[in-house]
Amino acid sequence: MMTFFGFFTLTMVAVVAVATVVSSNLFVASMWFGIFSLLMASNFFILDAADVALTEAAVGAGVSTVLFMGALSLTADKESIRQGRRLLPIVVVAVVGLVLLIATLEQPRLGDPLAPVHQHVAPWYIEKTPEYINIPNIVTAILASFRGYDTMGEVLVIFTAGIGVLSVLSFKPKKRASISSEELGQAIRGLQHHAVLRVVGKLLIPVLLLFGLLVQFHGKYSPGGGFSAGALFAAAIMLYGILEGADRSAKAMPQKVMINLAALGCTIYTGVGVACMLLGHHFLDYNALWTDPQIAQYYGILMVEFGVGLTVTAVLIMIFNAIANRATY
Amino acid sequence: MNLLGLYNYWIYIFLLVVGLYAVFVKGNYVKRMIGLGIFQSAVFLLFISMDKVEGGTGPIFRGVPTEGQLFANPLPQVLILTAIVVGIAVTSLGLAIAIRIREEYGSVEEADTRRMDDQS
Amino acid sequence: MMTLYDQLPVLVVVLPLFLAPLVATLPSRGKLPWLVATITTALTFAISISLVTQVLETGSLTYLLGNWPIPFGIGLYIGPFSAMMALIISGASLAGLIVSASAMDNEVPAEHQSLLYSCWLLAMSGLIGIVITGDAFNVFVFMEISSLASYVMVANGPTRQGLTASFKYLVTGTMGATFYLIGVGYLYMMTGTLNMADMAVRLEDVSDTLPVIVAGGFLILGLAMKAALFPMHAWMPNAYQFAPSAVAVFFAACSTKVALYVMLRFQFQILTPNLGNHLELLNALIMTLSVIGFIAGSLIAIFSDNLKRLLGYSSVAQLGYIVLAISLGTSAGISAAIIHTFNHAIMKAALFAAVAAMVLRFGSSKIEDLAGVGKQMPLTMLGFALAGLSLIGVPLTAGFISKWYLIQAVLESGTLGILLTLLILTSSLMAVIYIWKVIEIAYFQPARQELPPGRREAPAPVLIVLWALVLANFWFGIDPELVLSLARSEAVNLMGVGK
Repeated sequence: MMTFFGFFTLTMVAVVAVATVVSSNLFVASMWFGIFSLLMASNFFILDAADVALTEAAVGAGVSTVLFMGALSLTADKESIRQGRRLLPIVVVAVVGLVLLIATLEQPRLGDPLAPVHQHVAPWYIEKTPEYINIPNIVTAILASFRGYDTMGEVLVIFTAGIGVLSVLSFKPKKRASISSEELGQAIRGLQHHAVLRVVGKLLIPVLLLFGLLVQFHGKYSPGGGFSAGALFAAAIMLYGILEGADRSAKAMPQKVMINLAALGCTIYTGVGVACMLLGHHFLDYNALWTDPQIAQYYGILMVEFGVGLTVTAVLIMIFNAIANRATY
Repeated sequence: MNLLGLYNYWIYIFLLVVGLYAVFVKGNYVKRMIGLGIFQSAVFLLFISMDKVEGGTGPIFRGVPTEGQLFANPLPQVLILTAIVVGIAVTSLGLAIAIRIREEYGSVEEADTRRMDDQS
Repeated sequence: MMTLYDQLPVLVVVLPLFLAPLVATLPSRGKLPWLVATITTALTFAISISLVTQVLETGSLTYLLGNWPIPFGIGLYIGPFSAMMALIISGASLAGLIVSASAMDNEVPAEHQSLLYSCWLLAMSGLIGIVITGDAFNVFVFMEISSLASYVMVANGPTRQGLTASFKYLVTGTMGATFYLIGVGYLYMMTGTLNMADMAVRLEDVSDTLPVIVAGGFLILGLAMKAALFPMHAWMPNAYQFAPSAVAVFFAACSTKVALYVMLRFQFQILTPNLGNHLELLNALIMTLSVIGFIAGSLIAIFSDNLKRLLGYSSVAQLGYIVLAISLGTSAGISAAIIHTFNHAIMKAALFAAVAAMVLRFGSSKIEDLAGVGKQMPLTMLGFALAGLSLIGVPLTAGFISKWYLIQAVLESGTLGILLTLLILTSSLMAVIYIWKVIEIAYFQPARQELPPGRREAPAPVLIVLWALVLANFWFGIDPELVLSLARSEAVNLMGVGK
């Protein structure tokens, strides 16, 4: 049964990817891209990667599609088909594909428990997590503690993107805004006539927020963690912005506050590490924080994941508000 | 290698090729971001394919771990969680720049912007 | 209990990383963001000096993050080249920041500067993070921090071409990073570890298998894109030309070199022992591309009519020299590559600092608009000319030392070496041509634009940075001992592992 699902989702992913690239209407292409992300998430789930599936669904299918739609409404509907020289790219790309195909001949078998990937480092994590960290979700243990330095880097990446978008979009557009923000709000609240959308949408927002909270704090026991939680919170606010007008979501979550929250999240993460250093231990060595190492790790991971969730939420909301309110700048 | 495993790798290679093609050939800046996204997702599939263990379950302890219980490899998942966030970061920045380009140049097609740049 | 001294390896990256988000929240009016950024960078520079002295004594430093043993946790590894790179990065950043005290306001509006300086600190810490880590995936994460911050800085350029340049940079950079990730993926698939030293050991079991060869190819391809190796160099001259001038001082000195650092480490520590016969093929390919790069780069520089663009293509050529040295595969080649990495940084930073001053006063970087600058800005132009001499490789300058060691390394390869030496000398002649072109227009042509008195010479901060760098060029040309000992030390480390 799983084999059938495996074949099916893999084939669908390939078909949808081709549809995405071929569509010249860009709104259609971004919808296909959203479906593509959702199918990738299903693939990840079939491959036993539940955390990744959750994050890919929230980020790729959810947030990413909204951002594309927002960007498209400010750029162009359709791409122009130009008669360019296609031969060189096709050759280059075909060579790359061929090289990778040849490499599959000597690769270890998919799922083989004796493959090099599953020796050495992975069994150590599986064995030592109960001993050192004692939380059930091994992925969170690695993410937030064993390889916490990488995750810190990642929080800073998303922070950089946030201030980058803010920096790029804080320049006044050349043309004066043709509509005021109240008018834009009115135009969007034309959704008033779509009663089903508004009612159901409004019901979903608190559910999304609650689920986000669950994923954030239960991430040690079930798939989840800071990133997926942040994406879910942001998705709830984006839904509010889509239904009620981006001007209202920008008033509810002002940019100034969002920058400070994002910076606070980063500072919490690096601050935990610095606190460990001040207590005489290595950077990000949570054992410094408490006498009992297991409790210390627990609290360290809790604080660090909180920082992650805060930054991801703030940055995604900031990006959404910046793009969605561009027409009225 | 069994057929599903091979098929998995073939599809990842196909997606990589499709994404790369879109980035090289398409002139519209937003379409190129979509192509970049497909390209990056293909790489995620490569990593996650590596984590599967036959007869294993997701790497979460449920109750007391039994002897000889097989788990999927947690490490590629951690790496890809990071990579997904990097991907959305790049995508959002690219889209913001594309929006500004549209405002400054009046078009998001590379052919048009290149023409305008060469003239100035 | 660890002392501050023990924490320095991680502080060199944590200090700017901790403060960068705070800079973004500061109010933009006034010089406060600039001040915090500059003080942070100065402290980081001091820490990197300390690291260099430590490494000269002990050979290399390691640090375990979270105190987890490697390869299960992430470990930092600081070798001689890493410490030197950290010094270059923080030094170039400091130089750029001091220049930006006067040269930024005319190009970037004040309200955007707090975000810009925050990105500056992020870029610097990202670059330093790459050179001090011992974990292959960690390189990717920090590479993306520095790259994203760089895209933002280029997009903030004074003209709209900064946007298209930044987009092109973004697409090429992301492709390069993703190719790098594919390479790491295949290496992980065959070894089961991400720590670079551990990988080198475990690769012996699976040496010369197809996935490893493919991994090597993608790694080098991705890093070559990031290092602007021909034919993937197109993003670089645009990015340098359209970024704010002070930012160009920072980037030109170090951003692509970090990719070369990673290439050097992977090439010698991991790939050389394990690619079998394919190694010669790879080296030959890289050598050919690097030669085309330095010939074509110098040629295009001769015909450029914009000074920043000229310097950008000149950088493509100079990076070609470094890649040529890497592709030789010998210990002398490694030394030559490292030596030129350092010397090129101080040369280019000086040149771009001078250009920043000229752009500030004249409002343009087109060479014809800068006619007569030699008479109106004598100190600036003299600094430019002297740095140009170093670029050409005149004796007593740092550039001469680089060329000397490069040619010595190349001559070890017999008849091919003689051909390569001729090509290197040809491109040095071309450098003479394009530097002379600038000097001729600057000194011997009548001025097109008269500057108002009192706003003539470069502002004091820029002059101080420019002349400090020019003097550094001569210092390291006369007494290169520091650079040489670091380079030789690293060569011994890398080749020793390979045997």
